[in-house]
Amino acid sequence: MTQTPTPTPASVQGPSGASGLTEPSSNGVPRRSSLTQNTLPSWLWIAMLGGSLVLGAALSALFGFNLATWFIFTAVIYILSSYFLTRTKVNGRRATDGLWTNLVYLAFLIALMPLISVIWSVASVGIQGLMAPGFLSSDMQGITGLVDEASQTEGTPVLGGIFHALIGSLLITLAATVISVPIGLLTSIYLVEYAKGGPLSRAITFFVDVMTGIPSIVAGLFAGAAMAWFLSVFSGVTGLLTTQRSTLGITAAIALSVLMVPVVVRTTEEMLRVVPNELREASYALGVRKWRTILKVVLPTAISGIASGVTLAIARVIGETAPILVTAGFVVNTNWNLFQGWMTALPVYIFRQFQNPTSPNFSDPSEQRAWAAALVLILIVMGLNLFARLIAKFFAPKQTGR
Amino acid sequence: MSKRVDVVDLNVYYGDFLAVEGVNMNIDAQAVTAFIGPSGCGKTTLLRSLNRMHEVLPGARVKGQLLLDGEDIYESGVDPVTVRTQVGMVFQRPNPFPTMTIRENVLAGYKLNGARLSKSQSEEIVETSLRSANLWNEVKDRLDRPGSGLSGGQQQRLCIARTIAVKPDVILMDEPCSALDPISTLAIEDLIGELQQDYTVIIVTHNMQQAARVSQKTAFFNIAGTGKPGKLIEYDDTTSIFNTPQEKSTEDYVSGRFG
Ligand SMILES: Nc1ncnc2c1ncn2[C@@H]1O[C@H](COP(=O)(O)OP(=O)(O)OP(=O)(O)O)[C@@H](O)[C@H]1O
Ligand SMILES: [Mg+2]
Repeated sequence: MTQTPTPTPASVQGPSGASGLTEPSSNGVPRRSSLTQNTLPSWLWIAMLGGSLVLGAALSALFGFNLATWFIFTAVIYILSSYFLTRTKVNGRRATDGLWTNLVYLAFLIALMPLISVIWSVASVGIQGLMAPGFLSSDMQGITGLVDEASQTEGTPVLGGIFHALIGSLLITLAATVISVPIGLLTSIYLVEYAKGGPLSRAITFFVDVMTGIPSIVAGLFAGAAMAWFLSVFSGVTGLLTTQRSTLGITAAIALSVLMVPVVVRTTEEMLRVVPNELREASYALGVRKWRTILKVVLPTAISGIASGVTLAIARVIGETAPILVTAGFVVNTNWNLFQGWMTALPVYIFRQFQNPTSPNFSDPSEQRAWAAALVLILIVMGLNLFARLIAKFFAPKQTGR
Repeated sequence: MSKRVDVVDLNVYYGDFLAVEGVNMNIDAQAVTAFIGPSGCGKTTLLRSLNRMHEVLPGARVKGQLLLDGEDIYESGVDPVTVRTQVGMVFQRPNPFPTMTIRENVLAGYKLNGARLSKSQSEEIVETSLRSANLWNEVKDRLDRPGSGLSGGQQQRLCIARTIAVKPDVILMDEPCSALDPISTLAIEDLIGELQQDYTVIIVTHNMQQAARVSQKTAFFNIAGTGKPGKLIEYDDTTSIFNTPQEKSTEDYVSGRFG
């Protein structure tokens, strides 16, 4: 096959050559627009996918049908057949391109599977408990082993709920946010706007990186120890609060903020760095002071990213179990006070219901509640992620035109 | 309302790198002065040192005197923010604030500084500023739409309106038309001609015809080679610079033989 200097259909088809399918007819009048040469009709792929599904099902049935082998056979058949079809009918370059595209889609599907199966299994098991009357609005006070035993053996409705855990999670996470957002925001403002790459800013960046890797249980132990130390010093100096124990909602909030601060610093830093310098200079040139420029130009421009970063940080810590268990403990009644008494958070509730069922010999009601609470937790996290996207969209600077 | 600018033995540095050396010039009030010269000769650097914007870059510093109606803006104890309220600046690329509407952009100099304006005051500032920027007719029906929704030329005029809204004495413009089409360029050149009546205007341009059209005085800068400082070569009436330049390099540059 000779190469011609101008790109004719033959030359762009590449070294593997082409067959008659896309060749213009011999009298010189193309059957299709010359621009659609080298393509296969799009319905073909759907047809091939259908064929692969059927064939995959048939092959899978040979070994005793199940979904996993069906999926594998279908994928292999579809990818191979489309590769060879493109190779013989169009050209090798397009075939390789298609092969990789299909492999990327396959990888995406495989990556999606654990997520979908987690959501599916939690939802299917948890929905029953979630529908139980009073599940969201009652706590576990008065729910004894006998109540659960009756539910399991005599079929009375499963009582008890997660109200106390919801309140606990909400208050603890809220307090953690209130602590860590100002710290994180100010730190990143310092890093981006004031630090000039000196040793202090490099030290901060280093320690923030180290903090990102702190195991959450260590954060919990730290917060517990810090609170105990603070209380002993405080009562030693003032003589007050001598009987106060360090197991409190606020201690858990401190533990969570240790985990949250580095995330907030990192995301906020990124968002502040992408604010164009031109905007800062435009503001300076109008005779606006630096702190006002940061407050009124830089932060509003970056606010959507900051807010969604904070929301994602919240979503990240709301599922923490160990640091809350060691700092806030576990109770069955609703505690509204962060500064007095033990508190339950949703993940701790789930953990306890599985690990120490209310009635050790009749654990079905406890498991039902645990799954339902897990479903609620997943819904909260998904809701927060959705919320973060909405914030990002809603606050984004209106960039139209140009 | 407009002030003269006198530059005395000015050296401008980026860290240890001397970017502009030994500039002496007297810039008239109520006139347009153009800075021309090949790329990298320090026009932007000098312009930014006229309103102390140069020093916001890390390591950047200035030596020498810069007198605004006889008062040195680089004297110790002078607040750069005060200088910048008197010497406004329009940048090469239009940069309206993306979070603000057209109206808020015009009022930015007041709003960002926390000034309280009555409704009638702000209405008046918005209208007069936009009118003097020749933008009023185009945007009067959409003052509450985002400023970034305008065309590039309109955005640049919005930035000019934003600058004149705070009533500076001197307006610096760094290649204000380089991102614009010929029609918008003409609109801005007309505008510069009008601004001259009330302000001292200093404009950097690469466009020789533009310098000849809008300015009364022209300063030609040149650089001996890469890494060398830029210097003021010749500063005179625009007609002299373009018709009877005293220096060989000026003649070569304005006649397009290099640069
Ligand atoms: N931020 C900076 N840090 C260090 N050196 C700089 C910086 N900005 C500019 N320079 C240097 O200063 C010199 C003058 O640059 P300047 O931007 O003032 O040139 P200019 O005349 O405006 O050029 P142009 O016509 O291309 O805009 C150049 O050698 C440039 O490399
Ligand atoms: Mg420049």
